[in-house]
Amino acid sequence: MPTISRDEVAHLARLARLAVTDEELDLFAGQLEVILTSVARVGEVAAADIPPTSHAVGLTDVFRADVPRPGLTQQQALLGAYATEGGRFRVPRILDEA
Amino acid sequence: MDYDEVLERFEPVLGLEVHVELSTATKMFCGCANSFGAPPNTHVCPTCLGLPGSLPVLNRAAVESAMRIGLALNCSIAPWCRFSRKNYFYPDMPKNFQISQYDEPIALHGSWAVPLADGSTFTVGIERAHMEEDTGKSLHVGGGTGRIHGANYSLLDYNRAGVPLIEIVTTPIVGAGARAPELARAYVTGLRDLLRALGVSDVRMDQGSLRCDANVSLMPRGSSTFGTRTETKNVNSLRSVERAVRYEMSRQAAVLASGGDVVQETRHFDEATDTTSPGRRKETSEDYRYFPEPDLVPIAPSEEWVARLRATLPELPGQRRARVQAEWGLSDLELRDLVNAGALDLIAATVEVGAPAEQARSWWVSYLSQQANSRDVELAELPITPHQVARVIALVGAGELTNTLARQVVDGILAGEGEPDEIVAARHLAVVSDDAELAAAVEQALAAQPDVAEKIRGGKVAAVGAIVGAVMRATGGQADAHRVRELVLARCTP
Amino acid sequence: MSELTRLSAADLAGRIHAREVTSVQVTQACLDRIAAVDPAVRAFVHLDAQAALAVAAQVDDKLRRGDPPASPLAGVPVALKDVFTTLDMPTTCGSRTLRGWRPPYDATVTRRLRDAGVVIVGKTNMDEFAMGSSTENSAYGPTHNPWDLDRVPGGSGGGSAAAVAAFEVPLAVGTDTGGSIRQPSAMTGTVGVKPTYGGVSRYGLVAFSSSLDQGGPVARTVLDAALLHEVIGGYDALDSTSIDAPVPPVVHAARAGATADLAGLRVGVVREFRGDGYQPGVLRAFDVAVSRLSELGAQVVEVSCPSFDYALPAYYLIAPSECSSNLARFDGMRYGLRLGDDGTRSAEEVMSLTREAGFGPEVKRRIMLGTYALSAGYYDAYYGQAQKVRTLIIRDFAAAFERVDVLVSPTTPTTAFALGERVDDPLAMYLSDLCTIPADLAGNAALSVPAGLSDEDGLPVGLQVMAPAMADDRAYRVAAAYEVARDAADGGPLTHRVPGIEVVGEALC
Ligand SMILES: [Mg+2]
Ligand SMILES: [Zn+2]
Repeated sequence: MPTISRDEVAHLARLARLAVTDEELDLFAGQLEVILTSVARVGEVAAADIPPTSHAVGLTDVFRADVPRPGLTQQQALLGAYATEGGRFRVPRILDEA
Repeated sequence: MDYDEVLERFEPVLGLEVHVELSTATKMFCGCANSFGAPPNTHVCPTCLGLPGSLPVLNRAAVESAMRIGLALNCSIAPWCRFSRKNYFYPDMPKNFQISQYDEPIALHGSWAVPLADGSTFTVGIERAHMEEDTGKSLHVGGGTGRIHGANYSLLDYNRAGVPLIEIVTTPIVGAGARAPELARAYVTGLRDLLRALGVSDVRMDQGSLRCDANVSLMPRGSSTFGTRTETKNVNSLRSVERAVRYEMSRQAAVLASGGDVVQETRHFDEATDTTSPGRRKETSEDYRYFPEPDLVPIAPSEEWVARLRATLPELPGQRRARVQAEWGLSDLELRDLVNAGALDLIAATVEVGAPAEQARSWWVSYLSQQANSRDVELAELPITPHQVARVIALVGAGELTNTLARQVVDGILAGEGEPDEIVAARHLAVVSDDAELAAAVEQALAAQPDVAEKIRGGKVAAVGAIVGAVMRATGGQADAHRVRELVLARCTP
Repeated sequence: MSELTRLSAADLAGRIHAREVTSVQVTQACLDRIAAVDPAVRAFVHLDAQAALAVAAQVDDKLRRGDPPASPLAGVPVALKDVFTTLDMPTTCGSRTLRGWRPPYDATVTRRLRDAGVVIVGKTNMDEFAMGSSTENSAYGPTHNPWDLDRVPGGSGGGSAAAVAAFEVPLAVGTDTGGSIRQPSAMTGTVGVKPTYGGVSRYGLVAFSSSLDQGGPVARTVLDAALLHEVIGGYDALDSTSIDAPVPPVVHAARAGATADLAGLRVGVVREFRGDGYQPGVLRAFDVAVSRLSELGAQVVEVSCPSFDYALPAYYLIAPSECSSNLARFDGMRYGLRLGDDGTRSAEEVMSLTREAGFGPEVKRRIMLGTYALSAGYYDAYYGQAQKVRTLIIRDFAAAFERVDVLVSPTTPTTAFALGERVDDPLAMYLSDLCTIPADLAGNAALSVPAGLSDEDGLPVGLQVMAPAMADDRAYRVAAAYEVARDAADGGPLTHRVPGIEVVGEALC
């Protein structure tokens, strides 16, 4: 049965970019453990011969012709932005992660 | 440690990852124009901005380019493949996931004979070629250098977001030894030529449409276990590819020789110092949480589709070399020189559009090579196309240009003045064969050199050349030399 | 209450097109009803009365000029779940992070409504990003069930269902990922349809779980649902998962079903969907509904779909996994809320602070659950295994549809529960989607049609009818025939028994 620690919740929160509070760490650790224990039942149907289904409809090969379509103007693109400068979105400094 | 010693003790293992931006008309998953250098955020739509509710629809032309690249690299085309989401947060990525192919690439298990400078080839395994989308571009403001470190804030332009990329990954390359840096460069050079021949990309390293990451590790001689590798990014020119690999080999050898361990990390190549330096180390290991992209359906290329694309492959550089060598009767040495000068494909392309092989060769290896040298660029980087060269040759052949004039036309092309015929018109370079105009020039030349005129009158026909030369000079090379000669003889013989 | 608001959409359209009444009058009647009861129901998060009346006036003008109506629903008011993008109204998805966000584009569903001359009066409340089963997870406050204002209207599309049940509008559009159209419909006594996956374009539908999300109609009658289905459905080149085929003939099926019996129809009762956890009154109402189907001539058999027992856990892995990725874009960099940008913090810190404050607890819980399920070491045991369950469910449906034409079950195990009752117990909340989830996982068509009231609490019960993919019309035919028989037996439409709404409080907008 999965057990989930505060540290694991903190790790998940970091991966998901959520600055969770201390209280939330406890709350979510408890709730995630309960939920995971419940959903872990999917393991009971384990069988190597069952293929996974990612798409319910069996479509393949859906394409678009390589023909330009009008998009948004710069003004429309930036309309919802918190801050802009010179036609660009202004964001806080990016730490180098590459 | 000097380079020879590095090689005495270690065998380098390379892995090359090349990202190619396709030159499709539109982006990978939306109808926005795929173009370079537009004002920021003017080629964007809900999809490539990752706006809530937007959805991707795959560009058929991008898929076909991917398959053609795979076929040219002797890959198998997967009968069924999918896109996945690669999840990580980064502000230049509008959805905070990249739509990429993960465990189901469209092309896999290829191999490719990389042409080397000595005319030989080195066969490199191609692990896969897969499709993915490019990110936007960030501009770092403040902190003095404009670099990401120490910047106060960043500005984002998403015109490039969603541009189709093909990532081509080699299998580990073992056995190149001392030639590993040269091979790395030759691989990227050859790939560039191949992609250009396919017509799928602009392959401009300076504009980022061809980008290379170089993985390097060292294996002690006699061992068969790969060492820890580093991945050097930001290798943005052919020269840098070679230097980065050489530097990493030496650096890692020094670390190992002093009993240290090579750290698995991402490193950055610095063009100014020809060295690499570590990127920011991640405190958490990468976990991209790949899963199949639910907004796209699988691709299942039929055998007919693959066959149809195979039939569209042009003669590729390697095939062309073999054919041209046979047709032109070149020795291995001559072929090698042409290859090294980067001239062979250009000559062949010029011949293909109608120019005689001899003239095509002559233009590319002499006048144009000189121009490339004096500008310190590769021959292929000169802003002149085989079509244009062939047209100049045709104009000379038709007697509409002299060789002197032809060089002026070529200068005009290199200066960006337009097509050969436009330059001929604009610079008034047409050969002068108007008798009245030429007769006046002949008259002047004879008057200026009475002794020569006398000799000709005396029957010394060989002296005609001096007068013709003078007329040519006087007309800026524009005179029809053959007609001038006739006029001189007519004037000096009774 | 104006009589107009009690009419069906089909009746209203008929009268508007015959110019017996104007679209402006109908729209105004809806707006008046909203003004009167929405302070208590709180179904709408955004209203644009002027724009709605302007569209209605245009429809009237065209009809006056003698132009044919743009569609069978031209001039009829509709409410749109606030998860579809709209150029002229904000799209907030019940989330703080999108408060006031104005999309620069219309969803395909929105565009089709406009093209059809349908009058969009406003946007309805929902659980944040459609995650929830009670509409209590909205950053803008809960919606109340018109049948009992102290109870939830179901979710996530509680706003759409409540608006229709409260006679605020005759029609609404919802979205169904795990039951978010059908479950609220069951709890509010309305008709709710989840079309075949790929039947209604998802372009402009803000994604919760992309492989499951599907827009569909909410109405007070089966025919009305069908009319709206045909307006919003059909192929869309902007959605790669859109099915390139004509919309199943649902309007025809609804009309034909209402005038015919069900002789020769084979109905399968899903064995797995009763027992512990099912409210006795719900089961009794369901059994009565099934006996009506028999009386109509249907052959009723019991069918076992054993893997349906695993549908709920599979769903609570697949949906959170996809949502953890879909919601990554809400990072405050390009649109929506941004917090903590004081000039010193990095983009990563600002993203984390913004997302922490912008999302409610259920959304954060699911993002973390999905992040966990997709992680390198856990993928196979969770996400991978859930996708295998999905295969088994599709196989169970396929086997069942060899034997029967449609499957039926209660839509929900219980009637509407009290506000606040399950908010702190995620598992209890998740159980209310038990019966609706299999059709989402398999992608086939399913609807909920009111099946009377539960005898112990007097609250509506839903009859779920499930049909194969692209056989949406089959479910409509069954529901339409049943609806006639039910109303005949009950002496009138169920929705008309909604109690009077005592108005205290304030509207959400
Ligand atoms: Mg990549
Ligand atoms: Zn775009």
